[in-house]
Amino acid sequence: MTTTQSTATPTTQKLGIATATAVIFLVLSGLIFSAEDVVQGSTVRMMYVHVPSIWVAYLAFGLTALCSAVYVSNRSRSLIWDRFAGASAEIGVLFVAISLVTGSLWGRLTWGTFWVWDARLTSTAFLFITYIGYLAVRRLGGTFSQRARRSAIMALLAVLEIPLVHFSVNLWRTLHQKASIADPNAKVQLDGFMLFTLFWGLISFSMLFAWLLIHRQRLMALEDAVQDQGLDRAIQERRTEAGR
Amino acid sequence: MTSRMQTVRRVSLAVVRKDLRIEWSSKVLLNQVAPFSLVIMIMFAFALDNEGILQRVAPGLVWLATLFSMLVIVQRSFAVETADGALDALRVAGTEPLGIFIGKSLALMVQLLALELMLLAIALVLYAVEPTAMGYAETFATMLIATIGLGFVGTLYGGLGAGARGRETLLPLLLLPAVAPVLIGATRATEAAFGSGGAQSSEGWPWIGLLAVFAGVFGAVGALAFGPMIEE
Repeated sequence: MTTTQSTATPTTQKLGIATATAVIFLVLSGLIFSAEDVVQGSTVRMMYVHVPSIWVAYLAFGLTALCSAVYVSNRSRSLIWDRFAGASAEIGVLFVAISLVTGSLWGRLTWGTFWVWDARLTSTAFLFITYIGYLAVRRLGGTFSQRARRSAIMALLAVLEIPLVHFSVNLWRTLHQKASIADPNAKVQLDGFMLFTLFWGLISFSMLFAWLLIHRQRLMALEDAVQDQGLDRAIQERRTEAGR
Repeated sequence: MTSRMQTVRRVSLAVVRKDLRIEWSSKVLLNQVAPFSLVIMIMFAFALDNEGILQRVAPGLVWLATLFSMLVIVQRSFAVETADGALDALRVAGTEPLGIFIGKSLALMVQLLALELMLLAIALVLYAVEPTAMGYAETFATMLIATIGLGFVGTLYGGLGAGARGRETLLPLLLLPAVAPVLIGATRATEAAFGSGGAQSSEGWPWIGLLAVFAGVFGAVGALAFGPMIEE
């Protein structure tokens, strides 16, 4: 194939530009426009990355589970669901890693330690490891449909495994700060602009997720096509050899 | 439906008998896995190097050694199936997958239970653990229920990607996070049974409840997922 293929379309280009603008604005409001926290000082700015990252990770793993369920239940066994599941999990792993790193940096500044064995931290670490395992299952090899079936089952097992791990780790230990905004009994202690920045972070990171997801899915489709072509070519070569 | 259940029962009995007979004639558990777990227990003593600490953390060490040895048994259990395409043959023959799942799980449970009893004996001797009569009852209950869960989950993850290259190195990564609840629950229950760190034996029963939930969930899901998982 001689034509240059790209994973971009006019729609994704527009989405990309919008995402870049949103992220730039997030950086400005997170680092410059928003005020320091009364107690935490500048370390509070870490939250504008930390919270949106874990949000994207949950979104991504949820989507992986959903796409895997669609793949398994759909009779047509369309590989597009498998690729969306895989692409989403890759992005999810990346964002869990970001949230673990920002979280432990914040912890070092606030709690004085990078890591505490509290329930939510520990189960997030398990979440990270489980989806690294999922990505490894995707790379086991075999045909595309073997990959799709194995990884779909693995993704659905992860959905089952994570609440169990979370529940048992919760019984084991609890120390993490309660979610401060989602808690209905707590007064929202965030100042208006800080809250706005946080929600802006959620929006811009979600856009980033959508943009990455579409491109990664298309790239996976191209990778699969390359692998198919390689196989076709090898078969063709063997046929020519045999015919000679 | 009843005829299907009869088939499932027949198949699972045949599979469990086959697996245990293979073990009986090859003695892999006895000659390789059991010594391996003994080595682990001795290495723990080297690493911790303090009798007081050893006695305190003995329950955790018993269960860690169980999980590490379990990895080896699960690999072996599916290496037997995939080596000569035995699993493919079973599938082509239209064997009830639920029967295979139950049979392989049962065989795994029997082997694990034997191993755990040995590890308990080692802990009594090497780590100077002294449970009461009630403690023994609690330990055996923990072992039984934890093993049921481990058998199901081991068979489930062992079957995932059976026959694919590189799955031997992948199994620990998939299986160990999945069995974390068993490690937590079984360790706490055994601590209560051993009275480690002044724990009361009554503290153990809720943890045994957690183990029962784990076993139930993975038994049910394994029964549903094992068939689609091994179909090619």
